[in-house]
Amino acid sequence: MSDATIQFPSKTGSEIGESFAVKLVLIAIAVAFLAAVLLLPLVVVFMEGFRKGAENFFAAFSDPDTLSAVRLTLLVAAIAVPFNIVFGLAASWAIAKFNFKGKNLLLTLIDLPFSISPVISGLVFILLFSAHGWFGPWLKANNVEIIFATPGIVLATVFVTFPFVARELIPLMQSQGTTEEEAALTLGASGWYTFFYVTLPNIRWALLYGVLLCNARAMGEFGAVSVVSGHIRGLTNTMPLQIEILYNEYNFTAAFAVASLLAGLALVTLVIKSLLEWRYASELAASRRH
Amino acid sequence: MASSSHSHAGAFREPSVIPGFGLALGFAVSALSLVVLIPLAALVLRALSIGPAEFIRIATDARVLAALKLSFGAALIAAAVNVVFGVLVAWVLVRYQFPGRRLLDAIVDLPFALPTAVAGIALAGIYAPNGPVGELAGLFGFKVAFTPLGVVLALIFIGLPFVVRTVQPVLEEIERDIEEAAALLGASRLRTIFQVILPHIYPAVLTGFALAFARAVGEYGSVIFIAGNIPMVSEIAPLLIVIKLEEFDYSGATVIASVMLALAFAMLFVMNGVQAWQRKRLGNV
Repeated sequence: MSDATIQFPSKTGSEIGESFAVKLVLIAIAVAFLAAVLLLPLVVVFMEGFRKGAENFFAAFSDPDTLSAVRLTLLVAAIAVPFNIVFGLAASWAIAKFNFKGKNLLLTLIDLPFSISPVISGLVFILLFSAHGWFGPWLKANNVEIIFATPGIVLATVFVTFPFVARELIPLMQSQGTTEEEAALTLGASGWYTFFYVTLPNIRWALLYGVLLCNARAMGEFGAVSVVSGHIRGLTNTMPLQIEILYNEYNFTAAFAVASLLAGLALVTLVIKSLLEWRYASELAASRRH
Repeated sequence: MASSSHSHAGAFREPSVIPGFGLALGFAVSALSLVVLIPLAALVLRALSIGPAEFIRIATDARVLAALKLSFGAALIAAAVNVVFGVLVAWVLVRYQFPGRRLLDAIVDLPFALPTAVAGIALAGIYAPNGPVGELAGLFGFKVAFTPLGVVLALIFIGLPFVVRTVQPVLEEIERDIEEAAALLGASRLRTIFQVILPHIYPAVLTGFALAFARAVGEYGSVIFIAGNIPMVSEIAPLLIVIKLEEFDYSGATVIASVMLALAFAMLFVMNGVQAWQRKRLGNV
């Protein structure tokens, strides 16, 4: 989108815009609102984290339980994000490149996790896999641990992040159509070759965009993971859960130190996301071009 | 599946030279079923197995009703506030040039990127009686944290980008010609805004409202720290689910979850209906 405001040379120019004073007031309200609602919490996280000096800030990360929380968070994201990439590519290939019955239903179902409370997303896995759940007795007999263990945390994370990659790719691939793939196939390229050398380059920035948001949610998910984790220290606590524990123990400096790390991740996510929107606007889905 | 017939009206899919349909759709549908659909079906079946009398008894328990009322009420208020400020922010970002506009634009997405637990403890820190804003409010006899007001504040934080990001692209696409035409025909600026621009962005505003509302109803992480979780006062429905689960009361948790899902879907359904009706009435796409 062009940044230049359209200037109307005629006298009507002033009548389709607001007066300078009105503009100023509206901008001031918007800035004040965003600063109070969004910026203040972000600033507070870092301020509280460093309140007792950098030494105490970094001391928080020598706690073995916190370190194991960092490791678990990275592990969960390392499983959930690639799974969502493969799913997102498969779903968008089927939906964008073909016409078939039930496509709209499929689109609706993919978006389903977005309209479900994170707590309910965790609850469904409890009902399936906990000791009193459907598969509970069978899992126990075979010594498989899902709930209150890493597999449950991974499942809950995959559930809540499920739509992220797919919903970035589908609108873009739909707008790109199938002509380039058809040309490649007609010229003798194989299906996989076409996918890797024609389709993938066309969607790489949108894919990165989706992965970015997916990863942010995967590392930061709280509600769903909280339900299935069991909060076993040093074992099934992810970073957000560790923050909760530290906070509830009134260990505020450590809680905000860990929170700062996640807030830093959020900032990096926002910066890369904005760069993608500015530089590769035409290669992202239409709704992302602002 | 492969049919050589030229008429494919009754076929599952239209013929195409592009390969990989079976593999892609097969994987996508399997993954969707295993991760999302079967687990959700487990919830529905569990709810059905409880029996109507017991279901109603749990759902109409005073504490459950209070939690549901708070979750839906606070979500409604927060989404309404977000509509007002979200449209204003979108308008300012689309229409005006000022230093720092792009930074402001980027910041809008913060609630999407910031983990809810981080937002939760930050909000609690700000609005707690000894926090910077909480202390100030205390001087005027206000209490924010540990009250329903705190819940609303957290939900405003979480819902804002939904409204801004749905309204923004629609505002960008409005042709300035129609505003010029309205002005030339003698409409005042305010009349142009209310009778030309607002009807145009109305469907997007409604979508933004619905998205912000749906997210807010189920929100957990950013709320529980600031809410104080006093039963009957500031205890949200998702938290009550967690409490029931900790007590191994799976039926209780299932009932609250089903009521939440049913109400949320009913509201989205009504919104979609209103939107379709509006589209027909106004004749715009």
